[in-house]
Amino acid sequence: MENITLTIDGQKVEAKKGMTVLEAAQAANIYIPTLCHHPDLEPYGGCRLCVVEIENTRGLPASCVTPATDGMVVRTCTPAVDAERRTALELLLSTHPFDCLVCDRRKVNRRCTPYDVCLRSVAVTDRCVTCPANERCELQAVVDRLGMKSCRLPRVTRPYPIDSSNPFFEIDHNRCILCARCTRTCNELTGIGAIEMAYRGFSMKVSTFGDKPLFESICKSCGECMAHCPVGAMSPKDAVWPEKEVKTTCPYCGVGCQMLLGVKDNKVVQIRGERENNVNKGGLCVKGRFGVVEFVGHTDRLTKPLVKQDDGFAETTWDSALEEIANKLSRYKPDEVAVISSAKCTNEDNYVLQKFARAALGTHNIDHCARL
Amino acid sequence: MNQGKPAKSNERKIFVCHGTGCVSTKGMEVREALEKALAEARLQDIRVDFTGCHGFCEQGPIVFTEPDGVFYCHVGVKDVPEIVESHLRNGQPVVRLHFKDPLTGEVVPLFKDINFYKKQQRIVLRNCGRINPERIEDYIAVGGYEPLRKAFTEMTPGLVIEEIKRSGLRGRGGAGFPTGLKWSFCQQAPDFPKYMVCNADEGDPGAFMDRSVMEGDPHTVIEGMTIAAYAIGATEGYIYIRAEYPLAVKRVRIALEQAEKKGFLGKNILGSGFDFRVHVKEGAGAFVCGEETALIASIEGKRGMPRARPPFPANSGLWGKPTNINNVKTLASVTAIIANGADWYSKIGTEKSKGTAVFALTGKIANSGLIEVPMGIPLRKIIYEIGGGILNGKQFKAVQTGGPSGGCLPASYLDTPVDYESLAAAGSIMGSGGMVVMDEDTCMVDVARYFLSFTQAESCGKCVPCRVGTKHMLDMLSNICCGKGKPSDLDLLKELAEQIKVGSLCALGGTAPNPVLTTMRYFRDEYDAHVHQKKCPALACPELTNYYILPDKCQGCGLCLRACPVAAIAGGKRLVHVIDQEKCIKCSTCLDVCPRRFDAVAKASAEKIEVPSEPVPVTAKKPVSVASGSISEE
Ligand SMILES: Cc1cc2nc3c(=O)[nH]c(=O)nc-3n(C[C@H](O)[C@H](O)[C@H](O)COP(=O)(O)O)c2cc1C
Ligand code: SF4
Ligand code: SF4
Ligand code: SF4
Repeated sequence: MENITLTIDGQKVEAKKGMTVLEAAQAANIYIPTLCHHPDLEPYGGCRLCVVEIENTRGLPASCVTPATDGMVVRTCTPAVDAERRTALELLLSTHPFDCLVCDRRKVNRRCTPYDVCLRSVAVTDRCVTCPANERCELQAVVDRLGMKSCRLPRVTRPYPIDSSNPFFEIDHNRCILCARCTRTCNELTGIGAIEMAYRGFSMKVSTFGDKPLFESICKSCGECMAHCPVGAMSPKDAVWPEKEVKTTCPYCGVGCQMLLGVKDNKVVQIRGERENNVNKGGLCVKGRFGVVEFVGHTDRLTKPLVKQDDGFAETTWDSALEEIANKLSRYKPDEVAVISSAKCTNEDNYVLQKFARAALGTHNIDHCARL
Repeated sequence: MNQGKPAKSNERKIFVCHGTGCVSTKGMEVREALEKALAEARLQDIRVDFTGCHGFCEQGPIVFTEPDGVFYCHVGVKDVPEIVESHLRNGQPVVRLHFKDPLTGEVVPLFKDINFYKKQQRIVLRNCGRINPERIEDYIAVGGYEPLRKAFTEMTPGLVIEEIKRSGLRGRGGAGFPTGLKWSFCQQAPDFPKYMVCNADEGDPGAFMDRSVMEGDPHTVIEGMTIAAYAIGATEGYIYIRAEYPLAVKRVRIALEQAEKKGFLGKNILGSGFDFRVHVKEGAGAFVCGEETALIASIEGKRGMPRARPPFPANSGLWGKPTNINNVKTLASVTAIIANGADWYSKIGTEKSKGTAVFALTGKIANSGLIEVPMGIPLRKIIYEIGGGILNGKQFKAVQTGGPSGGCLPASYLDTPVDYESLAAAGSIMGSGGMVVMDEDTCMVDVARYFLSFTQAESCGKCVPCRVGTKHMLDMLSNICCGKGKPSDLDLLKELAEQIKVGSLCALGGTAPNPVLTTMRYFRDEYDAHVHQKKCPALACPELTNYYILPDKCQGCGLCLRACPVAAIAGGKRLVHVIDQEKCIKCSTCLDVCPRRFDAVAKASAEKIEVPSEPVPVTAKKPVSVASGSISEE
């Protein structure tokens, strides 16, 4: 692809033709705040935090929707840009619990915990520490980055009930900043189209068809929308923070989605898609995202081989189990044996099993559970 | 195609207006009654027909006769026998149904003498109210589809674009972009197919210009659209009409069908080998869907939300293909330009704004209705000569142009010429043609609040400044109107307004602060009075006004007492009545019912009028000074 050069804040920046100004800046490690932009999604231009000044262009274009062109001269922090950005952020804050965001305590090392006495008389439900996205919230990050110290506007709320109809995650519209990442995800990425923006003006809201609870809609519970929410408006019902993450392949089907198991106290507590691979690029389905946690640690799960005895199953070691199988198999002719493999195994496992059936056992009776 | 021509020019005809206004005041029944009465009176040689809107809807149902040009207003079914007997049979027009000038009281029998029409120049509206909009023959008889024939047979697409460029026509949808230039962009776009879209969404409250054209002369629009399609090379077209305009939808559909039958639309138009099909898309009535990118999204079946440009629709519009979008009036002008030539058109108007502008003139004005005037005409001429001045001898205060996101201009701007540049310089916009006249009783803060409540509710919600910013502005204005405004609100309000203007994604948010900014600029004293003195100088904001019954004027007639909806008035026979300020809901009923000759109810803001605390005997006949001095109590 053709390369272009533009100047951002006096710095020469190389970019690919077709990139937006925001992408070009990000590629060059120049920070431009944004909340509605997500690399997985089509440019939107809603939050107006990414406005910039461009020479020979009128007004303050949003960099996320402005194509970068060769020779363009961009300024990302002029007084006009800063004023507009701060106004947009102040406006956004006025629709979101914001007392904690501009509280000094958040910035010093001494952070609040849920049991601290609040210095700002913030309602419990409005505190940072009770938000599932606390410390991972993109709004917090922007507020900190821009050094927002106060909000001159009164808080305007649209009190909505929390939609917790879905078994895995919930939507708290009271924290929603209407960036439309979720609705665009559901339409552009998953192609389901279960949620869209509804109503106009200040009444705008993320909604299902007919404004029904999510679980009564065509939603497939994949949680992709939740994974793209920059704030705590969509969050898993079981929100436990992992201590570390372990990369693995989803065991549910043969697609082989890469995932990061979030582990705490040696238990899987949360899962997210791994973006750096070409199989799922971060996406997961309902089973991978919400099923694996339960499945990995379930009490019914076999962790040791069992041998069938007269009075039920007995635990054994791998060595003796394999020996037992080998003994039994050797009593049959190849054509008397059939091998069934599983869609829950990886492609590699399945490959090895059919190889074992054909080459070791000498049978063509090899099949797989996913040929319904 | 001569068979469509109405017979001789001296054929006697009687037309009943069937615009939406006149239909709602039972114009259709009047026509049926006329047909019946004429048949009974054996006057079958007089043709009864209907037309689209005359633009003078408040006078409806309107009936007029040809060739004598007599104009009747407020015609009811009961008036029909008299019209038939006296006028049509005996040649004596019915004087009591003539138009009476609301200012002079003068009776004006003939259409051509009515000031409202006399001072207009009708190009876009040239056929509205003149022809039957449901008969293509009538349109052809007045020269219709000749421009199309001319364009298709005598001109190349390039020449058509050149002609439109030379005419100086600018888009009438609001932004005023040069139409010929826009067409050339779309013509040069390399992709295919191309689309031609007519923007008939018209969402401004109180505006009915586009609707009237579609209801009164749909073929003009279709013809202009087909010429545009030919020029840019579009093979498919959409007319986007809001579903709240059922009559316009119906007449446009009829017109499309007739035009296709006659070979002016569809396959191989006039044997040229050029195809053009037009679909009608009914919109669900969101104001923002008039914005071109939102309109495109809406046609595509998506939520009507604007997107950033570039890419402009000329390169990537409907279904990602080159698309040209024009307003109804723009297209109606195109037909006239091709018919009469660019030179003719460019002589009308000003240096930079050519042609005519159509306005829906409303408010506190004597003649309200639809008007068409040459660009550059001063506001004063529109308001005082065509509009007939302010009602009830009140003082002019402001005029708002450009619909809900236009600005309010004070009396000192009355000589501003109406054109794109001059209005913009004054802080207003041309918009798509709303013009609201306000008198001394209008509170400018309240006006700003009203317009903002519209734009806030109609904001698509996509971008933060417009969705949230207008909400805060509206809250502040509501507070100011209630006397709860803080001095710091005024600076914040202005700052927000300016940031919303630059920061919004589309022109809805980009222009929504205009009413606030202009009223703050020209009527700052009213804002200050509301905030600092808790006073509404126009006595219009209910929370800041009180009603008092003046003890030196009240005659104790009891009219107000009986009319008050919340029984807030105490009184009795020959007693001075007293309003309980706690109970009063400031509905103004007492003021309205108190007889003019008594004039005993007064309004006041931020001042207390001394009145008795309970009813006392009437003293009104006594000298004023004695009465008020002796009665008032603390
Ligand atoms: C909020 C908003 C509402 C609009 N509504 C209309 C409308 O009702 N009719 C219209 O013709 N143009 C409307 N426009 C202007 C269109 O975006 C577009 O400029 C116009 O249709 C182009 O046609 P023209 O070049 O003939 O003016 C609106 C623009 C905005 C921002
Ligand atoms: S969970 Fe998946 S299907 Fe359901 S709304 Fe979110 S993205 Fe759409
Ligand atoms: S729920 Fe989250 S992703 Fe969806 S619009 Fe609200 S803030 Fe954005
Ligand atoms: S300015 Fe208003 S109407 Fe336009 S895109 Fe933004 S929110 Fe929507």
